[in-house]
Amino acid sequence: MTPDQSATQSGTPSPAPQDPKHASPPQKAATKAAPVKKRKISERQREARRRFLRSLGFGSVILAAALSGVYPVLKRLKERLRPPGAIDEDAFLAACIKCGQCVQVCPVEAIKLADLDEGFGIGVPYIDARAQACDFSCDATQCILACPTGALDHAITKKEEVTMGFAKLVEPEHCLAMLGQGFKGTARGPDFDGLLRYEEIDRWTPIKVAHHSYDLDLCDLCVRECPIEGAISLEPVSSDPADKRREPVIHKSCVGCGTCEMMCPVEPVAIVIEPEVSMEAAA
Amino acid sequence: MSKIVHSILLMLGKDAKRPPRDQFSPKALEIFTAKKTKEAVQERIRLIKDEKIWFKPGTKWLKRRWASVIVVNLLFVLSFWADIQLIEGALTGSRVIGFHMADLNSALQVMLAYKHIVVNLLIGTATVLFGWWLLGGRTFCAWACPYHLLAEIAEMVHLKLAAKGLVKDHAFDRRMRTVLYFVFAILAFVTGYTVFEYISPVGILSRAFTYGASFALVIVGLLLLIEIFYSRRFWCRYVCPIGLTYGFAGALSPVQIKYDSTKCLHEGECRDVCMVPHVLEPTKLGFADQEFHYMGADCTRCGMCLDACPTGALKFHIRGSDALL
Repeated sequence: MTPDQSATQSGTPSPAPQDPKHASPPQKAATKAAPVKKRKISERQREARRRFLRSLGFGSVILAAALSGVYPVLKRLKERLRPPGAIDEDAFLAACIKCGQCVQVCPVEAIKLADLDEGFGIGVPYIDARAQACDFSCDATQCILACPTGALDHAITKKEEVTMGFAKLVEPEHCLAMLGQGFKGTARGPDFDGLLRYEEIDRWTPIKVAHHSYDLDLCDLCVRECPIEGAISLEPVSSDPADKRREPVIHKSCVGCGTCEMMCPVEPVAIVIEPEVSMEAAA
Repeated sequence: MSKIVHSILLMLGKDAKRPPRDQFSPKALEIFTAKKTKEAVQERIRLIKDEKIWFKPGTKWLKRRWASVIVVNLLFVLSFWADIQLIEGALTGSRVIGFHMADLNSALQVMLAYKHIVVNLLIGTATVLFGWWLLGGRTFCAWACPYHLLAEIAEMVHLKLAAKGLVKDHAFDRRMRTVLYFVFAILAFVTGYTVFEYISPVGILSRAFTYGASFALVIVGLLLLIEIFYSRRFWCRYVCPIGLTYGFAGALSPVQIKYDSTKCLHEGECRDVCMVPHVLEPTKLGFADQEFHYMGADCTRCGMCLDACPTGALKFHIRGSDALL
């Protein structure tokens, strides 16, 4: 370093300051600066403008794509049954961090995560009760405990406190009890994958619904398998004691877990859960 | 302090400028003037020519990083499928051996949209904030983000095609990311929905790994196509708010890339491979106003520049370690 510096300093002491000051700058300015510089700037400006417009275009498309997620939510294209403890739907969509920890703890794998078609509900958990209901096999609220954001409300500690929705007899004309009919066989056929905890068989491990047969004089699957005490009962439809027909009546204590919907053996299903319907509204 | 402000402004989209000569430290000025001498210039040209013969860019950091990304994401998957329960959840929110963790940007969106203080979320956010501050903010991007890995593969394809003249890189205004960042934050607050999460390729990918494929992967596919055929590293460079959140978190991090201007031949190999080349501005001749520079907030600590640098002018560095040793 030092020899270089000393060489330049001592070798060309007098012409060095003169050169840049007098000789070269005017030359450079004359030959290069005027035409080249002007074109360079305009080209750079043009590229900057193109870049800006490109960014504006793509940025708008990205924003529009993200905002399009509002459509399925506002239109309520899918009324989803949410896991136990879920707070009000709009707050739920806001509070859920879309991590699926609730999915992981559910012993019957009732909880699924929504896809792109549910807009801002993407990655948010729901339960398709007909396919797999929440039967409280976990003895309640593992999913609530797993939730990191309180989207599933930690204030709820017992299954009886859950308010997912409310059962409703939507197809009374298909209901076997309403028709006074019995039921024999497995509730949903041999290919059904759903699980249910049969306390009398195994207190701790849910088994396949397809592995459990019934032989009933009068179908009462919705009442028999309901995990909440006193949520649903069969009531006579007439004062005639010989009349076998019974009507499933849903009571205030129904939490909307969907076990009745899963277990209902008829197609189309006679009883379904209406999500987010409060006890008061239903009563 | 001004260095940190400068590095944040650089991250937000400001262009780096050649610092005026009077800002140079005496040592930096000495190095710079020495490099400008005729002999030094010729020597540098000779060294660069030599390098073309003996130097091959390494893959040391690339391998380590990819291993890290794969291990992190595999742990999520195995925790569920093989029930090893180490990291449960997805990258947006998880529990690591029982401890809450939350992705900083997802947590921010949720807090803005939900407007409640959730203790578990705060704990998770604080843990992650501390962790990534320690490791250097955008380290998340290069060392944990699954989209980053896919985007790197897409980038390799893009560069191959570009070398054949089949595609051209279209640059974007870097301020786009800043604007989108604040727009997404405002949208979350105003609408009460986590708007960004709808298109976040990181959340989509992480959930898809653990919970199975979804149609949402179309978004990831589209982004990768844009990156291969239209604009190199489009999402990570110009859009991703997650990166910006982690950039803020790591602005003051102790783990940094250190640049030693005396060793540098100013070929620009590092800037060619870098996803955020503006952080490497000091490596341009005449841009280093100090003898040493530490790469700023936007740096992902990916180590690509270390692998690409023939002279070892760039090194991982832990702030304060000099004083300790």
